[in-house]
Amino acid sequence: MSDARLSDPALGRRRWSWTDPKLRSSVIQIVLGLVLVWLVWSFYANAQGNLSRLGIASGFGFLEDRAGFAISQTLIPYNENMSYGRAFLVGLLNTLLVAFLGVILATILGFLVGVARLSKNVVIKALASAYVEVTRNLPPLFQILFWYLAVLAALPTPRQSWGVGLQPLFGALGSGLSAIGLGFLGAPLSAFAADLGAPAVFINNRGLMMPKPIFGEGSGLILAALVLALVVSFLIARWARKRREATGAQFPVFWSSLGLIIVLPLIAAALVGFPVHMDVPHLRGFNFQGGLSVIPEFVALLLALSTYTAGFIAEIVRSGILAVSKGQSEAAHSLGLRTGPTLRLVIIPQAMRVIVPPLTSQYLNLTKNSSLGVAVGYPDLFAIFAGTTLNQTGQAIEIIAMTMAVYLAISIVTSLIMGWYNKRVALVER
Amino acid sequence: MTSETIFVSSTFREPEPPPVSDRGPVRWVRAHLLGTVPQVLLTLFGLWLLYVVVPPLVQFFLVDAVWSGTNRTACLPADVGHPVGACWPFIWAKINQLIYGFYPAGERWRVNVVYALGALLLLPLVLQQVPYKRLNAIAFFGVYPVVAFVLLTGGNFQLRHFLLGYLGFDALFPRVAPGVSVSWVFWTDYVLSSVLLAALAGGIARVVAGPDAVRGAVRTVATIMVPLALVLLAVDVNFGLEPVETRLWGGLLVTLVIAVSGITVSLPFGILLALGRRSSVPLVKICSILFIEFWRGVPVITVLFFATYMLPLFLPDGMTIDGLLRALVGVALFASAYMAEVVRGGLQAIPKGQYEGAMAVGLRYGPMMRLVVLPQALKLVIPGIVNNFIGLFKDTTLVLIVSIFDLLGAMRAAFTDPNWATPTTLFTGFGFAGLIYFVFCFGMSRYSMALEKRLDRAQRH
Repeated sequence: MSDARLSDPALGRRRWSWTDPKLRSSVIQIVLGLVLVWLVWSFYANAQGNLSRLGIASGFGFLEDRAGFAISQTLIPYNENMSYGRAFLVGLLNTLLVAFLGVILATILGFLVGVARLSKNVVIKALASAYVEVTRNLPPLFQILFWYLAVLAALPTPRQSWGVGLQPLFGALGSGLSAIGLGFLGAPLSAFAADLGAPAVFINNRGLMMPKPIFGEGSGLILAALVLALVVSFLIARWARKRREATGAQFPVFWSSLGLIIVLPLIAAALVGFPVHMDVPHLRGFNFQGGLSVIPEFVALLLALSTYTAGFIAEIVRSGILAVSKGQSEAAHSLGLRTGPTLRLVIIPQAMRVIVPPLTSQYLNLTKNSSLGVAVGYPDLFAIFAGTTLNQTGQAIEIIAMTMAVYLAISIVTSLIMGWYNKRVALVER
Repeated sequence: MTSETIFVSSTFREPEPPPVSDRGPVRWVRAHLLGTVPQVLLTLFGLWLLYVVVPPLVQFFLVDAVWSGTNRTACLPADVGHPVGACWPFIWAKINQLIYGFYPAGERWRVNVVYALGALLLLPLVLQQVPYKRLNAIAFFGVYPVVAFVLLTGGNFQLRHFLLGYLGFDALFPRVAPGVSVSWVFWTDYVLSSVLLAALAGGIARVVAGPDAVRGAVRTVATIMVPLALVLLAVDVNFGLEPVETRLWGGLLVTLVIAVSGITVSLPFGILLALGRRSSVPLVKICSILFIEFWRGVPVITVLFFATYMLPLFLPDGMTIDGLLRALVGVALFASAYMAEVVRGGLQAIPKGQYEGAMAVGLRYGPMMRLVVLPQALKLVIPGIVNNFIGLFKDTTLVLIVSIFDLLGAMRAAFTDPNWATPTTLFTGFGFAGLIYFVFCFGMSRYSMALEKRLDRAQRH
């Protein structure tokens, strides 16, 4: 029987049939592999030819060369005599800075607006909806250019800077009250404002000026105290969780940690005699001297990115909260939990499960969108490297590949961290 | 019977109305505006915000606005004598630049025809009641891009040779005098190449799968070569249109060209990539995943830089690509990757039973996907696709960084005109451009939401 089957000519052909998934799979793979090899080889050969014809060097040797251009915002020491590699680092740090601050601002604003969209108050709800629609439906580059060209450029010159602080606030309140006929309230406020010190933070069309802390001798002890406070808070949180799981007793972790983090460094500072003093910016001639000045490009980029992303985060938060069924809050209320604990212990932990994955991709989008700073001249990784360095060296292949690799690495690291977090908060199913 | 009087009402009594505080507008105000002290504070805060934002905007764009004038003096407060809001004559003066770029004035009717044709084809496609959706979709995604391409560039590309020519068989073909409207060399080459390809495919099919498969293989070659011939013919024929270089294009024209080509290219490639990502063939799967994750992981602007500065280095010497086309390649790369993820979501939502059912009735991979899985999956993700289009539309602005003047770029160029340098020019320009972007994106998002609602209802049986 089996012999007859083997000798059947039709079976012999079927072994070579196109409907055989194994054969089809290997044919497809061989063809695709050949195409890929040809593609890579021809790209390589063409690139070799083009580069030698255009006289462009190849390899990563240029990273050691003198950069020769200045950068307007540097977090690490840099001058134009340093190498392209150093400029790359400066740009990378600038990108990380704007992305980090942008993520924090966008999260705060986004959660506020998202909760406001669920408010019973129709005015607040309408305002939040309008915010979301406007920010989400305008291109991010448009928003960056708008903040930079229209808003920040319209700010006063350094000589007429806006001071930010208690003195201008109370002064404005006082004169405002006096203007609407409440002079008996306004006058003391104005007098109080005059008694206060001059403001230390200034806004003008050259950016934002603020005091810079100068750490004197013995500041290390303060830092050590801060680290100690953080470690102790962490240990307290662990102990409190264990005790709660064992006995159900609550411990005010948040307040005790906050107290530790504030008090311990203060004690340390008192011990070494407060070695920190502020370098306050002051007007000299046509511009401010001293202090920490933030370039307007950074301010425009940060404002645009965080307000744009906040619109998306608001929608994510709203849908996350809506995804927790009403029965959950009803059950919590019937157990005797008040609104605050209900939100904190029941609603938010469950909503976070829905919120975290899309939130991650918004954080990544913000980081990637920070490359749009090139349009206003913010010296981020993209502007310094794919912009200036590419112009000077012409080594497009290495430079664009390096830039892409950095963003890819940031993407991968972020999604790994968020994946870990997501696994931790995921629903434990029986 | 006792004579006890029992009163039984034969009708229900009208219920008393609820107290005044709990009905009508009073209740609404209590529930939504002034219920508790925090509520009152929130309402006051909201009203204050409205007061701060809305009246100044109306004041700026309408009340104080200047509506006519020929240069900047019309918009200077010193010359007008009152505070000046939006400077609208600036927009009127630049409107052609914003809509057409530097497209020659005499040829602008072609752009208008393209705009009108697009609207004419798109409108019935998005309206639910209009029939012939499939035909309409083919017209919009297949025919319209070709027509628009020929109209905008002028066509008449004078194709020289096809496959055989590249392989070095040029000498086989007769020389034709230049100036003939259709290049006969090319078309002889095309027909010969097609016949050869069909014969090759048929031969391979016969060896691998037997004589029954020959007809199918030839048909497959024909379904690729015949539409391609039509497209190439449209590009090749001389319609007598003046050629217009793409560097003269600009403004809204470029924005829409990039958006529409991104959409038409990303849809088929995105579907292919999504299928590849779920394929059981390891190499196909790995390549799809790498392609998708790479282009999604890097910023869009680096993709445009890649296409503009890096890609030309990879091409053979002497082969140059038009600047706009380079940007379009970049857009196509990342738009396809984004689209693939949307389509994948739809594919994953189709229950396994659908695949198994299709296989059980004897469908092979292609027909199974085309007839059973994709129609259901794509219908599920239409809102996602539209949202993707919104993102793509917003991303078109990025081409201004590689020196292509889209709407935002044209506006930025217009700002530099010293004839119109006034304190309010910038705000006017941003207001106008913002309105255009907002109308497009907001319109699409409303459409996607309506669609979602409708599909939701259809799903719920």
